[in-house]
Amino acid sequence: MKGVFYTLQEFMTYTEGVTYILIVAILLGMLGFWNFLVERDED
Amino acid sequence: MSEETAAASKSFFSPFNVVAGIIVIIGLILTGLRFTGGLAAVTNLSDYNPWGIWIGFDLLVGVALAAGGFVTSAAVYLFGMKRYHSAVRPAILTAFLGYALVVLALHYDVGRPWRLPYPFIIQQGTTSVLFEVAACVALYLTVLFLEFSPAALEWLGINKLRNLITRLTLVLTIFGVILSTLHQSSLGALFLIAPSKLHPLWYSSYLPIFFFVTSVIAGLSMVIFESTLSHRYFADKMDEDHLKEKDQIALGFGKAASWVLAGYFAIKVVGISAGNHWHLLSTSYGLWFLVELIGFVALPCFFYAVGVRDKNLTVIRWTAVWTVLGIIINRFNICLVAFNYHLPADERYFPHWMEIGISIFLVTLGLIAFKFIATRMPIFYQHPDYEDTH
Repeated sequence: MKGVFYTLQEFMTYTEGVTYILIVAILLGMLGFWNFLVERDED
Repeated sequence: MSEETAAASKSFFSPFNVVAGIIVIIGLILTGLRFTGGLAAVTNLSDYNPWGIWIGFDLLVGVALAAGGFVTSAAVYLFGMKRYHSAVRPAILTAFLGYALVVLALHYDVGRPWRLPYPFIIQQGTTSVLFEVAACVALYLTVLFLEFSPAALEWLGINKLRNLITRLTLVLTIFGVILSTLHQSSLGALFLIAPSKLHPLWYSSYLPIFFFVTSVIAGLSMVIFESTLSHRYFADKMDEDHLKEKDQIALGFGKAASWVLAGYFAIKVVGISAGNHWHLLSTSYGLWFLVELIGFVALPCFFYAVGVRDKNLTVIRWTAVWTVLGIIINRFNICLVAFNYHLPADERYFPHWMEIGISIFLVTLGLIAFKFIATRMPIFYQHPDYEDTH
């Protein structure tokens, strides 16, 4: 049962849900990476 | 033989000239075979695999690596980053030669090359993505020719025309950015027509975006790579500005490349998630996909960032080489490795040695043209008659 989708709605709900969570994580990660990239700019 | 004649003879038979000369002779013979015997005489192309390395390398990689032209001119003329001004002319020259060779390579690849102008004068086929690519490449090659021409006109001493074209710089830059955005992404859009032929890990409805973003990465890395080679081989041609700005260019472009690579990594992961392809990552294709994604996207992103933070130019320059290699692998994966992945092994494409020979011949032509122009025209220095008039 796990991982099997019977309808398009099930598939979209699952993939969109995972993708939205991922995007929030990526945006936070990008903020951290930007700080890592520029924090020594003033040296 | 006098000493002068001996010195001239010695400089003509330099290692570069000898190797390039041999490649050109072999290339001309292969060209003869191609145009007398047809595609079957020199390629392993078939109905299953109509696109080989002449498209995968010469066209897709060539166009991506020539993106340094629009990236650099946009940074300097549109975003006002004048501190990178000395990188513009070498980048425009690289892009112009790159696109010229792409068009030349197309003459080898299409069955009837004399019909290349047909989309413009006989039958428009405006519903085809290839028509859009053809129109953009033709127009952008013209734009690049115009952007490059001031250097040639300064060399030839044709002042009025040079001044007229220089006044068009901003318009040409805007036009170049628009055309590049269109056709870099359209090259990715070409593969949207074959969703069942391209492996799901590489196929995505976001392919046009992936192609455009990677072209920016390729352009930035190529400028660093080209600048490194130029400073090694053409340092005697460079003026003070070029020598002074080279470190700044590597740091600035390295930082931009790191940031764009991070964004590209993010949208690739989103692409896997949107298609729910996580389970494919444990297959053999998945492992190769991870090698590309981690080895040639995430790693260079990190090393660029470390190089910029530590102001370590050696790290940045080696990372640029690594990234250029990553772009080549990415285009090869999409066009050759992951394409027709479902075919049995004996139906898969592997390039004929003569296809590889023609590609090496075309790259060599580009290097010879670059060397010819860079040693004669004001590419790495400002012409004394036109200082501060760019």
